[in-house]
Amino acid sequence: MTAIEEPVLALDPEEARRVRQERFERIGRWLLPLAIMILAIWLWDRVCVWNDIPKYILPRPGVVLQTLHDDAGLLFSSLLVTLRITFLSLLLAVIGGVGLAVLFAQSKWVEMSFFPFAIVLQVTPIVAIFPLINIYVDNQTTKLLLCAWIVAFFPILSNTTLGLNSVDRNLRDMFKLNGATRWQQLRYLRLPAAMPYFLGGLKIAGGLSLIGAVVAEFVAGATGQSSGLASRIIEAGYRLNAPRLFAALILISLTGILIFLVLSLVSHLILRRWHESALRQER
Amino acid sequence: MKLEKVAQQPGSVSGPTLLALRGVGKVFSNGVTALSNVELTIREGDFLSLLGPSGCGKSTALRLIAGLSTPTSGLLDWRGSGARDRSNIGDRSNIGFVFQEPTLLPWADVFDNVWLPLRLRGVSRVKAAPTVMEMLARVHLTGFEKAVPRELSGGMKMRVSIARAMVTKPRILLMDEPFAALDEITRFKLNNDLLELWQDQRFTVVFVTHSVFESVFLSNRVVVMAARPGRVFAELAVDAPYPRDEAFRTSPDYAALCRQASDVLIGAINSTAGPHHDGH
Repeated sequence: MTAIEEPVLALDPEEARRVRQERFERIGRWLLPLAIMILAIWLWDRVCVWNDIPKYILPRPGVVLQTLHDDAGLLFSSLLVTLRITFLSLLLAVIGGVGLAVLFAQSKWVEMSFFPFAIVLQVTPIVAIFPLINIYVDNQTTKLLLCAWIVAFFPILSNTTLGLNSVDRNLRDMFKLNGATRWQQLRYLRLPAAMPYFLGGLKIAGGLSLIGAVVAEFVAGATGQSSGLASRIIEAGYRLNAPRLFAALILISLTGILIFLVLSLVSHLILRRWHESALRQER
Repeated sequence: MKLEKVAQQPGSVSGPTLLALRGVGKVFSNGVTALSNVELTIREGDFLSLLGPSGCGKSTALRLIAGLSTPTSGLLDWRGSGARDRSNIGDRSNIGFVFQEPTLLPWADVFDNVWLPLRLRGVSRVKAAPTVMEMLARVHLTGFEKAVPRELSGGMKMRVSIARAMVTKPRILLMDEPFAALDEITRFKLNNDLLELWQDQRFTVVFVTHSVFESVFLSNRVVVMAARPGRVFAELAVDAPYPRDEAFRTSPDYAALCRQASDVLIGAINSTAGPHHDGH
């Protein structure tokens, strides 16, 4: 042993290439979709100009933005109405979905008996069910809530049920050995174990509750009883007010994206310490 | 210092009978006979290893003792317990169980994992804290209370699992191939620490393994089992003094003991009729 070699500071070409690639990917992940989006909007604008398309057929992006600004009062108050239905129905979907899942988890017999009903509710198109709801339910808000709930609760129910039943068998034995009661097993083992599944269901349900709310408003709005964003769209459609139609559409899309992002963040914050899905990739 | 077959002669470290398996058999619903007519006496303070090939029913025997499963025939006789068979009811704090995998709650930190058995018995966090911290110190995990399982190495997870099993101060600790998935260096270290804990606290251990070396190093009694049907093939007393340390691991006596145990195990494997195949 003579001397300890100095650490080599320069990266070999392979490592250097990887570092470069990682840097590109980090930037590209944001830049690329943004660039494509801007390009698409520019193209939309050009198509309108080149073909002299009238604004009641296809408004230019600038006009849509202007409408969004000019009609802000009308549009945002409608958005608020839609959001209220969305969040209330999501809340009810969480309560109903988790509640039913816990009930199902108590006994295989309960699950076997009642799960088919949940599936029936899920697979029947809500638009087809609505006329019935319209007959039986008087209150406008209740109608919309019921619709949105039917659409949103299933992913939470089915995911949470799966999660509650996916507990490690040894852990179950461990609880049994320690004389855990049913309630303790649910509280300390099954519910935490179901958390990642529930959050996966919640992410889907968040988007679905918005869709449910808008669809319900559409069906109800056809009779002129609703004041949500959907009725603004229908109205604008009747009046050939395409700019406002586009503005309302954009609002709905942005809301959906926002709901998804918020729920993803919530999910990440809850799971980041322990669940594989939330761990940073380590090579 | 030699290995000898014993009939009923108690080992040097063990006391009166804690549990006797009398003619215990287990037949599964698919017709497989996991255990047949097992006679086994476990004494207070024993470090007893169940050694045998896959499918010899050693894990099944452990589950029967734990009360996670009931015997098809025969009975488990818990001495001094009042009840003839308390495998399913009775005082569960007498039994600690360590699984093959660490089997920790992945969302809970080390403290909460060790606290769990006490928590399930209604002991509050504050009240449990001294006991939990003491157990963590005993398995050399002081300072890791706030870590979650995924932040720990395999050996450390197993230490948490042992601490959790011991936190209720059980009279008997059942271990189902606990160190099988660990690398050799970690396994040796855990072997040493487990022996230290055992000598210190004087509980009874039933240790399932298919490693001859591990069983001889740890136990005062090795029960060799044979498969198809699962049964007790022979019982050996490991007549080497405790404490056993790294010096014992490299001694000629240890080598000789391992060789003899190995011969008996080979005998048990050869006594098995029918083709060999893997499976539990």
